[in-house]
Amino acid sequence: MRLVTTNLTFAEVQPKLREVVDTLFKTVPAGVGSKGFLKISVPQFKQVMEEGVKWAVDNGYGWEDDLKNTEGYGKIEWADASKVSDKAITRGINQLGTLGSGNHYLEVQVAHAANIFDEKYAKACGITTPEQVVIMVHCGSRGFGHQVGTDYLKIFEDAMRRYGISVPDRELSCAPFSSREGQDYYKAMACAANMAFTNRQVIMHRIREAFSKVFQRSAEELEMNLVYDVAHNIAKVEKYKIDGSWKEVVVHRKGSTRAFGPGNHELSSRYQEIGQPVIIGGSMETGSYLLVGTKKAEEETFGSTAHGSGRTMSRAQAKREVRGEQLQKAMESKGIYVKAVSMPGLAEEAGLAYKDIDEVIDTLDRAGISKKVVALKPVGNVKG
Amino acid sequence: MKQKYKFFDDIATADAAFEAYGKDLPELFTNAALATFSVMADLKKVAPKAKKKIVLKNPKAEGLLFDFIQELIYLKDAEYMLFSKFTVKVADGKLTATAFGEHINPEKHQLLTDVKAMTLHMYSVQQTKSGWKAFIILDT
Repeated sequence: MRLVTTNLTFAEVQPKLREVVDTLFKTVPAGVGSKGFLKISVPQFKQVMEEGVKWAVDNGYGWEDDLKNTEGYGKIEWADASKVSDKAITRGINQLGTLGSGNHYLEVQVAHAANIFDEKYAKACGITTPEQVVIMVHCGSRGFGHQVGTDYLKIFEDAMRRYGISVPDRELSCAPFSSREGQDYYKAMACAANMAFTNRQVIMHRIREAFSKVFQRSAEELEMNLVYDVAHNIAKVEKYKIDGSWKEVVVHRKGSTRAFGPGNHELSSRYQEIGQPVIIGGSMETGSYLLVGTKKAEEETFGSTAHGSGRTMSRAQAKREVRGEQLQKAMESKGIYVKAVSMPGLAEEAGLAYKDIDEVIDTLDRAGISKKVVALKPVGNVKG
Repeated sequence: MKQKYKFFDDIATADAAFEAYGKDLPELFTNAALATFSVMADLKKVAPKAKKKIVLKNPKAEGLLFDFIQELIYLKDAEYMLFSKFTVKVADGKLTATAFGEHINPEKHQLLTDVKAMTLHMYSVQQTKSGWKAFIILDT
């Protein structure tokens, strides 16, 4: 998940909203089997896997500052490309800069003055002007990460027999963390995470180009700065105080996101005082939130919080409730311009299929595991 | 016509769960593959023009079906293909199949939701009175 600011207000963007969304739709490929604009070699893709966002910045797809505004500076150190299969490489090599489908999206949003809950924190995150326009990106490592997962699912099935492990559901396939298989997977998973950080970085580069083209100003002039980029599915070794003593544990945040509080040594100086920005997606109709992590999350939830509002309705049921074309029109009348590769795919993501995001966020805020900063309302959306 | 597959709405709200049927293993594999691609596109619009040969080995039918579906998902991304017709042979732990389809064309194929992986969650392959059935959840 990634959030980028602009110095444009909604009044400036509104007359060009269609052009913005149409340009984004063209420059950021989405949907089943989409290919990116980057043509890279296998050795280059291996660099992406091991260096993450640094590779993108070194190759002209980003700014130096983007690194410090990404979880772990956009690079997981223990990534080892030799632990990734050729199959995963073939599947992922053309997917950099692509959005995918399902609940993945690219959204143009507005931070209305009335939706800023903490002005000081919002300012620290770069949200400084009333009605400021921002862009949110939700996507991951595409088919690449899934191939890594599938490859190791099979390796772990054999490993479980050898280590005498049984699990209640075969999808929970596992191996001891310190075993060869466990360590190989940890290194391969890091490659997938680095690819995901880089994918969103390349997408942001395209977003900067698109805005620059439409508004005839450079991305630097438009102050298209990265607020933060945070993973939604990753496992990391971290240290926590458990029953009075410090222990190293593997924290797997799946359907959850990191929420480190102020003063955490993992954060760059920009966020030392306020804590790590947390970006939570709602639905494309109701909006999303920017929050910050807290000390309480580090004490109570292994530095974690929710990652989205969560579905209440299956995809099939959503399609029975609403047609894509009908939804597109209804959203347009609410001031949200949507471009989607797939109309049935759009219907699956209708707001009615999701829980009430405001309620979800208030729960997190009241529980103290993250602090809400700004509610962001969608005005334009690109979907796979 | 006999039912090839049936989707279940409320088992995995964010994913796609289905049961596939077949009088024998080749028919079961074919129907599970058709169900998988029906999640991604309108198969009536995918012409069986190009073909891909698939050979896989796995001593268990259950393992073979998992490998087959994963291979098709892999080919979808690696070769940018959607498949709408399959011929499948299964004998002595070996699968020999041909998948027919065409390159992905968003203008022509009514694209739906991408399938990222087949999961092992609740996965089963069972022999029934009339043949075989498999329960599969796809990660979408």
